[in-house]
Amino acid sequence: MMLQKFKRDAKGFIFEGLTLASALIIIAILVVMLVVIIIGGKDMFTWEFLSTFPTDGMTKGGIFPAIFGTAMLVIIMSIAAVPFGTITAIYLTEYAKENSIIAKSIRFAVRTLAVIPSIIYGLFGLGFFIKFVGTGMDNVFLGGQLKWGQPNILWASLTMALLTLPVVIVSVEEALKTIPRELREASLALGATKWQTIRKVVLPGSFSGIMTGTILAVSRGAGEVAPILFTGAAYYLATLPGSLSDQFMVLGYHIYIMATQSANVDQTLPIQFGTTLVLLLLTFSLNFTAVILRYRIRKKRIA
Amino acid sequence: MNKFKSFIKRLIGKFKEKKYNSTDKIDITNKRFRWSDFIAEKIIKSVAFFSITIIVLIFIFVFRESFPIFNFGAKEKPKTEQTSDSQEQYGVPAAEPAQQEQYGVETTEPAKQEQYGVETSEPAQQEQYGVQTTDDTTMVENITPVEETASGSTHDDNKQAVKTLITKEWQPVSDRPRYGLIPLLIGTLKITIISLLFAAPLAIFAALYTAVFASKRMKELIKPTIEMLAGFPSVVIGFFALMVMASFLQNIFGYDVRLNSFVGGIAMGLAAIPIIFTITEDALTSVPKTYYEASLALGATKWQTAFSVMLPAATPGIFAAILLGIGRVFGETMIALMATGNAAMMGINPFESVRTLAATIGAEMAEVVFGDTHYNVLFLIGSMLFIFTFAINAIAEFWVKGKLMKKIQGK
Amino acid sequence: MKNIKIHTENMYLYYGSKMALNNISIDIPENKVTALIGPSGCGKSTFLRSLNRMNDLIDSVKIEGNILLDGINIYDKNIDVVSLRKKVGMVFQKSNPFAKSIYENIAYGPRINGINNKSELNDIVEKSLRNAAIWDEAKDRLHDSALGLSGGQQQRLCIARTLAVNPEIILMDEPASALDPISTSKIEELIVQLKENYTIVIVTHNMQQAARISDNTAFFYLGELIEYNKTKKIYTNPDKKQTEDYISGRFG
Repeated sequence: MMLQKFKRDAKGFIFEGLTLASALIIIAILVVMLVVIIIGGKDMFTWEFLSTFPTDGMTKGGIFPAIFGTAMLVIIMSIAAVPFGTITAIYLTEYAKENSIIAKSIRFAVRTLAVIPSIIYGLFGLGFFIKFVGTGMDNVFLGGQLKWGQPNILWASLTMALLTLPVVIVSVEEALKTIPRELREASLALGATKWQTIRKVVLPGSFSGIMTGTILAVSRGAGEVAPILFTGAAYYLATLPGSLSDQFMVLGYHIYIMATQSANVDQTLPIQFGTTLVLLLLTFSLNFTAVILRYRIRKKRIA
Repeated sequence: MNKFKSFIKRLIGKFKEKKYNSTDKIDITNKRFRWSDFIAEKIIKSVAFFSITIIVLIFIFVFRESFPIFNFGAKEKPKTEQTSDSQEQYGVPAAEPAQQEQYGVETTEPAKQEQYGVETSEPAQQEQYGVQTTDDTTMVENITPVEETASGSTHDDNKQAVKTLITKEWQPVSDRPRYGLIPLLIGTLKITIISLLFAAPLAIFAALYTAVFASKRMKELIKPTIEMLAGFPSVVIGFFALMVMASFLQNIFGYDVRLNSFVGGIAMGLAAIPIIFTITEDALTSVPKTYYEASLALGATKWQTAFSVMLPAATPGIFAAILLGIGRVFGETMIALMATGNAAMMGINPFESVRTLAATIGAEMAEVVFGDTHYNVLFLIGSMLFIFTFAINAIAEFWVKGKLMKKIQGK
Repeated sequence: MKNIKIHTENMYLYYGSKMALNNISIDIPENKVTALIGPSGCGKSTFLRSLNRMNDLIDSVKIEGNILLDGINIYDKNIDVVSLRKKVGMVFQKSNPFAKSIYENIAYGPRINGINNKSELNDIVEKSLRNAAIWDEAKDRLHDSALGLSGGQQQRLCIARTLAVNPEIILMDEPASALDPISTSKIEELIVQLKENYTIVIVTHNMQQAARISDNTAFFYLGELIEYNKTKKIYTNPDKKQTEDYISGRFG
C-alpha cells in the first residue's frame, strides 16, 4: 500500500516536474536570447550609431537610414491598415449578424490572412502591386516609363498593411466587444441612428483598443522581413527615401543582409548585434505598451 | 423603376426635413432617409469584404504569375513575354551555351521543328514561335554577344521546366536549368519534423503546466513570457540561430556543417512554440472545470487527471495547435534563409544543409528576371505554400472546432 | 378614463420559434403610470422593449399583431424607428450613463437632433436635470464625469437624459432594482411627478413599488397577460387566482 502510494506520488512528481521543466526551458532559451543580444549589442547602442549613415561600405557607421525607413514603412502601413481594420471590426461587431454566412466568411478570411506565410504576401506584393498596379499605372499615366512598376516603399508598406490587417481587426474587435450593449441601447433609445451611436458612443469608447491594434500591427510590421524582400527593401542607399516611389532601408532586412551577404561578417558583427538590439527594443517596447493598454481595457470590462 | 421613384422621394424628403424643434410633436410616420447612415453602412459593408477580397486576390495573383509555366501552347504568350524580356533580360548572367547553339539565327527553324514536333503538332504555333525566338536571340546577340540568356526561349524552357519539376535536382541557374521540387519538399519536411519534435512537446508540456499545475502567480509569469517569444521577429531568431546557436549546438553534437536542418529546425521551433503553447493552453483551460473536479473527487491525483482527463479532452485543440505550428514552420522564410545552410540536398541526415520552399522564394526571387521560367517556378512554389497553409487553416478551423465542440458538449 | 396612448391588439412575439408573448391586448392610458408585474421571464420586459422597437436589435425576434401608438401601428413599414424612439424614451434596469460629463450625457440627445446652440443646450440640460430632481446635486459638477455619480444619481441622470429628448412616453425597465431604499424612494417620487407630462410604463419586480406609484397594473405570467386593471383593484380584489397567488407571494 505504502509502496504503491509512493510510486504514484513519484510518478506524479516526475510528470509535474517534466511539465515545469518544459516551461522553464522555453523561458531559459528566451532569456539566453535576450541576454546574448543585449550583451552583443549594448556597446553599439549609442546616439551616434542611431543617428548616422553606414560608412566604409557598411562596415562602419550607424543605422539611421534603416531606422528612418522602418519608421516610414510602419507609418504608411498604419495609414492603410488601421482604417480598413477598424472598419472591418465595426462591421463584424455592429452590423453583421452573429451567425450569418457573410460574417463567418469574413472571420474565416481574417484568420486565414493571419496564417498565410509572410513570404506569400511578398509574392503577392510583387505580382499585384508592382507588376499589376504599378506597371499599369506606368502604362496609363507615364506612357510606359518605369516609375511605379518596380519595388518601392509604397508597395512594401501596402504589402505589410495586408499582413498586419488581421492584427488590427482582432484587437479592435476585442475592444468593441467591451463596450456594453446597454450603452448602445441607451443611445438608440434616445433616438440616435446606428451610425450616430457608433460614431459618438462605440468608437470613442474603443479608442484604446484601436491604439492597441495599431501598436501591435506596427510591432509586427517593423519586424517582418519576408514581405519586403522584393517589394522595396534595399541593401544600401546613400540617401533617405524622398518619395513613395523610392526604395528604402529597413532594420530587419539590414540584419539579414549584414549577417548573410556582407563581405566580412565577423568585422561587422557588432553592427549586426547593435541593429538586432535596436529592432528588438523597438518591437518589445511596442508590445509592452500594447499589453498595458490591453490590460487597462480588460480591467474596464470587469469593472 | 419603382425603386428609383422611392429613392427620389426619399431624396426630396431629406431636403424637406425640418430642424428638430422641441415643442413639435414627433411625426413617426415619415420614414426619413439619412444620408450619413446610408453611406456609412455601405462603406463599412464594402470595406468588410476587403479581407475576403484580399484572399481571392492573393489566390489569383500568386497563381497568375505561376501559370505561364504550364502554358506553353498559348498563342498570345510570346508577345507579352517579349516585352518583359527585352526590357530586363540583358543583365542576367544565366548563360546557356547549349541552348544558344540550337537557337542560332540560321538554325532556328529546323531546331524548333525538331523539338516541338514531337510534342505538339500545330504548324501555326511553330512558325510564330520560331519568329519570336529569332527576334529575341538577334536582339540579345546584338547587345551582348557573349552573355547569352535563356529567357528568349521561355516556351521551350517552360516545357523543359515542367518536366524537371518532379526530379531530384534544384539548379535553376545553370546551363541546363532544372527545377526539381523534390529536394525542396524534402528539406521543408525535414525542417518541419525536426522543429515539431522540438517545439510540440515543450510547448504542450509547458501549456499543461500553466493550465493544470501552476499557481496563479507562476501562470502570470509564464504566460506573458512565452507570449513574449511570439514578439521576437523571425529575423532576430534567425540571426541568433546563425550567430550563436549554430556554433553552440555544433560544440555539443559535433556535426560538420555548421548550418543544417537541425539548427534551422530548432530555430523554427522557437517561432512555433508560442503558437502551439497559446492554442494548447486555450484548449486546456476550455475543458470544463467539472471534468477536472470530478476526476479529483474520484481519487485521481493531479497528474493522473491531467494526463488521462484533461489531455484527451483537449486533443482536438492540441491537434489544431500543432497544425498551425506546422503552418508557421512551413512558410517561415527568414529563419530558413539564415539558419539552414540553403543547399538543396536530399539526404535524411538531420545534420545536412537543406533548402526549404519558402527560403528558395526568398533567396532567389530578387535575382530572377520578371516573367522567365525561374520566376514562374518560384511563384508556383508560392502557390503550393499558399494552398497548403490555407488547407491547414481550414482544417484547424472547421474540422477541429467541430470535434472540440462535440467532445466538450458530450457525445 | 383618459385618452388611450398605446393600444396593443393580439400581439405575439417569438424568439426564433419560441413564443415569448402570447396574444397580448392592452390599453395604456395617457399621463398615467402603468406597471407591468410578474415573475422573471414572464415577458414583461420583452413587452416593454417592443413598445419602442428595441427588440429590433435582436435578430431572431419576430412580432405579430398590432401595437398602436396614438392610433398608428409602430410596426408598419413606413415607421421611422429613430423618430419613434425619440417619442418613446426608455430608462434601463442598470443605469448606463455614457463615459462623458454629466452635461454631455444630457446634451447627447439634443445634439444628435441637430441642436448645437450653446444657450439652447444649457437650457435643455438645466430643465431636464431639474425635472429629474438631480439639478441640485449636479449643478456644481456638470462637467465632471457622469461615472462619478452614485448609482441612484446615475439612474436619475439617465431619466434626465431621456427627458432631454422630450419624449411623450417613458418606458422604465426595473429602474430601481439595483438601488438602495433611499435612492429608490427618490426615483419613485420622481415617477409620480413625471406622469403629469408623460405617459409612463414601468416594469417592476417589486410589488409594493407597483402599488405605490402606478395607476394601472398588468400582471404577466408565462408570456400571457393574465390580468390588467386599476392598481387598487388588482391589489385588493384581483379577478384571477393566479394574480392573487402572485401578489400574496405564493409564487414568483
